[in-house]
Amino acid sequence: MNEVTARREVVAARGIKVTFGAVKALDGADLVIHAGECVGLVGHNGAGKSTIVNVINGGLAPHAGEVHYGGNGGQHGISAARASGVRCVFQELSLCPNLTVNENARIMHAELAGWNWRVRALALVERQLQDIFPGHGIDCDSTIDDLSIAERQMVEIAISFAGLRDKPKLVILDEPTSSLDAGLAAQLMAYIRRFVGEGGSVLLISHILGEILSTSDRIVVMKDGRVVADRAASAFSTRSLVEAMGNVVREQEWLRSTDKRGGEPVLSMPPRRGQGLAFQAHRGEMIGLAGLGGHGQTEMLLDLYLSRNSNWWPARRKEIAFVAGDRGLNGTFPLWSILKNLSIASLGELSSRSLVDRGQEGMLGDGWKKRIEIRTPDMENRILSLSGGNQQKVLFARALVTTARIVLMDDPMRGVDVGTKQEVYDILRAEAASGRTFIWYSTEMDEIRLCDRVYVFREGAIVAELAGDEISEKNVLEASFSGGEAA
Amino acid sequence: MKISSGTVRLIIPAASLTLLLAAVFYMQPRAMSYTGLNLLFNLAVPIALATVAQMLIMAVNDLDLSMGTFVSFCACVTATFLQASPAIGVLIFLGAIAAYAAIGVVIHLRELPSIVVTLGMSFVWGGLAVLMLPSPGGEAPGWARWLMTSRPPFVPMAIVASIVIALVTHFLIMRSSVGVLIRGVGGNVRSVERAGWSVIRLRAGTYALAGFFAVLSGIALVGLTTSADANIALRYTLLSIAGVILGGGEFVGGKVSPIGAVIGALTLTLAGSFLSFMRISPDWQIGAQGAILIVVLALRLFLNRLEKREKSR
Repeated sequence: MNEVTARREVVAARGIKVTFGAVKALDGADLVIHAGECVGLVGHNGAGKSTIVNVINGGLAPHAGEVHYGGNGGQHGISAARASGVRCVFQELSLCPNLTVNENARIMHAELAGWNWRVRALALVERQLQDIFPGHGIDCDSTIDDLSIAERQMVEIAISFAGLRDKPKLVILDEPTSSLDAGLAAQLMAYIRRFVGEGGSVLLISHILGEILSTSDRIVVMKDGRVVADRAASAFSTRSLVEAMGNVVREQEWLRSTDKRGGEPVLSMPPRRGQGLAFQAHRGEMIGLAGLGGHGQTEMLLDLYLSRNSNWWPARRKEIAFVAGDRGLNGTFPLWSILKNLSIASLGELSSRSLVDRGQEGMLGDGWKKRIEIRTPDMENRILSLSGGNQQKVLFARALVTTARIVLMDDPMRGVDVGTKQEVYDILRAEAASGRTFIWYSTEMDEIRLCDRVYVFREGAIVAELAGDEISEKNVLEASFSGGEAA
Repeated sequence: MKISSGTVRLIIPAASLTLLLAAVFYMQPRAMSYTGLNLLFNLAVPIALATVAQMLIMAVNDLDLSMGTFVSFCACVTATFLQASPAIGVLIFLGAIAAYAAIGVVIHLRELPSIVVTLGMSFVWGGLAVLMLPSPGGEAPGWARWLMTSRPPFVPMAIVASIVIALVTHFLIMRSSVGVLIRGVGGNVRSVERAGWSVIRLRAGTYALAGFFAVLSGIALVGLTTSADANIALRYTLLSIAGVILGGGEFVGGKVSPIGAVIGALTLTLAGSFLSFMRISPDWQIGAQGAILIVVLALRLFLNRLEKREKSR
């Protein structure tokens, strides 16, 4: 590839300003992407990453500044962006759940028109899936509803990279690995390098800095709606990247507290389907559920929840609180205010004679707003006015406000920025010290390392129990993969 | 071969129709004939067409509460204008279909709840119908009468028509690209929008198509009854919704099944006859019909749960 084509601009957004009411989402941001490069985009939640993505893919018209596709400007909008070969994989899954895989491909690729499109769409997706995730095992004739969340993500990525006549020029990946396990994420990163090597470009947004550092050619750091750093990836290290985002790296230095396994367990469960190890949780423990994504951790959490709560009749006093992983699906009440979303689980304690005490509710809201730093001028604002990470903080607070002594967490940190994570970790630590028990399914190794004890899952059963210093990436991976044919 | 979830969706409606039919034959063996079947299912044809129309609206996550009055209006047009001066009749129908498309546009643009808009429109259609036919009357066009009363060999017209409707709409909604886009709007509007399609045109088209099927329903109804009345099809609103749900469709999420919808319409028609054969007084029939509906839906929920359990295995 010669120098001229290598520097050809695929998309150039210059001086972009976007405001939502009083909030400046983008304040003069510049982002230029050339052919044949992978640009990493990092920043806090609310730094404006999603907004600039929406401007580039044409879904949002900037209030100032201009966007040029392939050097020629003028038109703007979704069709102009698509015509210039810009494709986007969004953070929240954006396939039609009621349609099959090939029908979704038909929607995404208008050029699949004509007779026999089903067969061609099927071949297209299957070839692309095989290309990116060899040995994926997804049945492309099935409805999206019937696929797991990781499989849906894989299908969406494959559909976006697929091209019938011409390959896409720029693929924007917004948190593509948030629901993929380590093996699939590595396959995707390898494919990105190949795609870039063939002259395509990728805009990669991720909170997993290791991915960004190893895969991108150039890294753009955003903060408060502006680009604050734009350098070659080799010029960054994890530490300097986090510093550029405005975080102070805190060494993970909490001493693991002494073994809390004494006395009666607060929650226990026999081995699942008669295989593997039994589950036990003690007071004040932080227990991690590890292993590859989708190997029965979520089901375990649901069973634990149902073991103390009837499916039919809600218990008077809840012993277990649940923090959902999929915010949009079973976390937030999108039409309600932040405050109502926060207090819903503890209305029993907040009310007298079946009427909610507004004053007490407000006090509770203000207290938690300060404690977990929910970034909003007013708790009466709609929950959707918050960025994803802040919404997740509200969901955490909802569980912590209750009197429940046990909190179950279903990979709740998906797509949350490093700073927010640190804040939440501190809160969790403090709560655990005061006697709460946390059971935490996480796909991220850093989070698993925070736990006192870890159960590793494989194919729906617990295959290993690690405690204290045994908890390391190596041990967890060994346990998740041993037995050979997993993944 | 693996059974797709769409097929599972069809099992309950098909089974309940078979069961009801068996019960009717058991009680009244003479129904097991060409004429008997025709009589049993005659009135199902317009209901099936109205159900398909309602299903289209439900495929884009809306609900049409004006279906009954609109079919009544179409029946009145058929019995008067279409019979007397076909050109004007056709023009009126084209106008009505355009009005449906416009309703879709308004609902989409103003983000109005479809229930409110169509409920309002139901009074408009009802009023127009009364203006045209203040008292029952009119006459069916000869060709409509001929079509609905024709006697094909071996299989009665009602069955042939139902099968044709089911197959044509299945191809249109489940197999064609347009159908995929319509259901895509119901499943995830944003993803369709982001792929560069014009959702407003899709919604307008869906409504127009629904209007077209409702027009056919009105013509078929007059073909059977030979005359019309402004209130002739009022109960079609709820019957069509019940038919879609009975046939495996859902209120939101673009999950619909045209074959199921037609089967649902047949089941509902048959349920009426079944209850008459049981000598249940008409006062109780609506309640009994509701009970049948609840039983079928409970069965479906049970099956869904089984399927889910099977999957988590």
